[in-house]
Amino acid sequence: MNRYPAWKYIMLIAVVAFGTIYALPNLFGDDPAVQVSSARGFELDPALPDVIEEIMQAEEIEAKSTDFTPQRLMVRVSGSEQQLALADALRDDLGEAYVVALNLAPATPGWLRALNASPMVLGLDLQGGVHFLMEVDMDTAKSQQLERFVDDIRNLLRDESIRYRSVRADRESVIAELRTDADRQTAMTMIARDLTELELETFDGGETFNIRASVRPEVLTDLQQTALQQNITTLRNRVNELGVAEPIIQQQGAERIVVQLPGVQDTAEAKRILGATATLEYRAVDEQNDPFEAERTGRVPPQARLYQTREGDPVLLSRRLIASGDNLTSASAGFDQQTGQPNVQVTLDAVGARRMFEFTSENVGNRMAVVFIEQRPETSIVDGEEVRETRRVEEVISVAVVREPFGRTFQTTGLGSAREASQLALLLRSGALAAPVEIIEERTVGPSLGADNIEQGFNSVIIGFCLVLVLMAVYYKVFGLVANLALTANLVLIIALLSMLGATLTLPGIAGIVLTVGMAVDANVLIFERIKEELRLGNTPQAAIRAGYGKAFSTIADANVTTLIAALVLFMFGTGPVKGFAITLSLGIVTSMFTAILGTRGVVNLIYGGRKRVKSLAL
Amino acid sequence: MDIIRNDTHIDFMARRRIALVFSAILIVASIGSLVARGLNFGLDFTGGTLIEISYPEAPNLADIRGALDDAEYENFSVQTFGTSRDIVVRLPPEVAAEEGADVSTAALEALSSVDAGVEVRRVEFVGPQIGEELANQGGLALLYALAGILLYVSFRFQWRFAVGAVAALVHDVLIVLGLISLFQISFDLTVVAALLAVIGYSLNDTIVVYDRLRENFRVKRKGTAEELTNLSINQMLSRTVMTSLTTLLVLFALFYFGGEIIHAFAYTLIVGVIVGTYSSIFVASTAALVLGVSKQDLMPVVKEGADQPDQEDLPARFRNT
Repeated sequence: MNRYPAWKYIMLIAVVAFGTIYALPNLFGDDPAVQVSSARGFELDPALPDVIEEIMQAEEIEAKSTDFTPQRLMVRVSGSEQQLALADALRDDLGEAYVVALNLAPATPGWLRALNASPMVLGLDLQGGVHFLMEVDMDTAKSQQLERFVDDIRNLLRDESIRYRSVRADRESVIAELRTDADRQTAMTMIARDLTELELETFDGGETFNIRASVRPEVLTDLQQTALQQNITTLRNRVNELGVAEPIIQQQGAERIVVQLPGVQDTAEAKRILGATATLEYRAVDEQNDPFEAERTGRVPPQARLYQTREGDPVLLSRRLIASGDNLTSASAGFDQQTGQPNVQVTLDAVGARRMFEFTSENVGNRMAVVFIEQRPETSIVDGEEVRETRRVEEVISVAVVREPFGRTFQTTGLGSAREASQLALLLRSGALAAPVEIIEERTVGPSLGADNIEQGFNSVIIGFCLVLVLMAVYYKVFGLVANLALTANLVLIIALLSMLGATLTLPGIAGIVLTVGMAVDANVLIFERIKEELRLGNTPQAAIRAGYGKAFSTIADANVTTLIAALVLFMFGTGPVKGFAITLSLGIVTSMFTAILGTRGVVNLIYGGRKRVKSLAL
Repeated sequence: MDIIRNDTHIDFMARRRIALVFSAILIVASIGSLVARGLNFGLDFTGGTLIEISYPEAPNLADIRGALDDAEYENFSVQTFGTSRDIVVRLPPEVAAEEGADVSTAALEALSSVDAGVEVRRVEFVGPQIGEELANQGGLALLYALAGILLYVSFRFQWRFAVGAVAALVHDVLIVLGLISLFQISFDLTVVAALLAVIGYSLNDTIVVYDRLRENFRVKRKGTAEELTNLSINQMLSRTVMTSLTTLLVLFALFYFGGEIIHAFAYTLIVGVIVGTYSSIFVASTAALVLGVSKQDLMPVVKEGADQPDQEDLPARFRNT
């Protein structure tokens, strides 16, 4: 009686061994490291390790090891002084094309890494850093899109020589007013052919024949997703400029983005770079009128608008938009191949290219300007209600003469210096953002608090764990020690699972582990109390063990399933820290079922099972 | 070794009226406190800005207030946090609404004018739109958890038990909330997590007693529902106490060694475990009894010719004479 078949022992040993291996990496700590990646998200040059090797030799810094993947290169060094020296040297020598960031690389031994074992990822509350939750202003994204359709329809009608009275955006749709029914018919056909994103319906105005064009719902959803994705991409580029080792930039819900920057302390800088959302517009310069005159008299020609350049000079720009920031696919600073002058290379998408070609073919010798528009989110209280609005700050960042017709790619030259070129390129890239974003949540944890949190979290786990071990050993004697073995195995398994899942360990997560330690013994308490009871009823020790485990099982299962329900609800509804708690709690419940029932039974069977006579149980 | 004597025969059911009055008083007091004092909602729900900073030497709080006054902040609070060198500054949500996320940057500048050696430990900024969302989510989470549990217990036991369990949970949540309100513990997201954990824990306790009750209903030949309930609670008493003890041990470890941030969480759980233990003994079973749980409700459907479950006599000490 009370013997386990060999396979059960093998399984138990296998699971515990497996857990131990995958929990092990957490014991090795971190090495200071320097991480190099491409500033623009390109793959790294395979020759880079050799280049860095040379730099390190020149600086007399020795690497503990170097990892190279196309995405990033990580050099581990032995101390933080060497880390700083190496980072400085690399920043100087590699230039702007690379991002050099300080990092802590897990010092997991090679054989464990070969098994894909890695330590738990520490949350921002444990390692310090900034967490931002950003919201994309979808209303603005939609109205921007609508404005583009207004322009598209106007261009189309003009191209087809259809006379119209007006084309304008009206709330959720575009309204085109035409003069005759026949014009309307042609216009309908043209719009339906070229702008398939629109749903058309007709209605008659007083004297006009109108079309209402609304954006198809599925296109609108696409648009939202695109706006979000574009923001994420742009944010990623901007974060790269900050030089953060392992940033997390993720979509959350339909219109939000989570940005986590571990190790960042200068939050003001981070906010400035992330928060200033911008777009840009290419517009023709109005060459017919004098901007100084317009500024002086305040009389601006109807087809133009008055802007200011960065130097403060007035400039008149046509109201007609040539291309906007979301037509821009890339902008980079470089040097003109013929003259060696600094320039900015710009690439547009198909729509932008077509419009640009149309404009430049007709306007060689005329000037074109780039307007940089910053959207600054502001909230004010009006009549006790919060009103959120975005203020537009517009500035002309570049005025250049069109030398020849061009479309998809072109370059801007005549810039004062390489620095000016790279600044313009950066602004252009930033302007590729589709819709403004606003920081709606910030959580920053300083490095000292992070260190405190780790220490306190670790201490409370150890102290709580030891207290429970002592209580169990004293109260249940041999069986208590068996339960303690199971509890230890349970802790190892939780840590192994967290490490394998790549889950992030947070302070509430640690609280979840502590709580699990307290509650995991419940299964054993139930079993042991039941065994005691069976003994009191006069059963033999062997029968009592059997009955104890057998009868307690359904109770344990029921009790744990209900706790699991609560944990799952927490997981579904919780965000960030609460999720971490829910994950550790759920994992703990599952692993504790395994260790407390199967595990302890195995050990109890080893001790008492198979013996002919057991007089009493040490319980 | 036994903490609880193994042959206890405490007549819990006879004391259920006292327990009922006790629970009623606690609940009324809790509701009273919730109405009169309300919950001290933390930043997660109200929105606003919190800045925790550490100065090299204990600063003069008046200087800090002065610096914030000069920076034209209003309705802020300045408190020490843990040690006299650590300061927590809270700015109301209106400030954040006007300035957006830049508020923490501006406020930090003002704070470092008091002493340039100031070190930022923590900044939390929650926009007004987030707070409301989190509050809704938190409330929904509690409701969903209760509904899920109601379903599961109805399925595994019987609806009277489910109602009893949920009554016990509502009882626990109300009293814990009352105590949080009474001591004005900062009610943040971690406290919501703790409340859900309390639900899980208290339920765990209740289920264990129910499980035994079900077993006794099926196995014992004699005894009224009341006697059997008493028997079940007594049988599970040492387990209930032991598990509460181990859980409380780790919670106290968390409370004393886990640091300030986890304080409210640990407090909520400690209170919750104590109240949950009490309710699983006095409230959950009583409620099921009051709803008229009988042996027939829990008898498994016996198939023709199937073995009858073992029949045992009720120990004499549980018979009502």
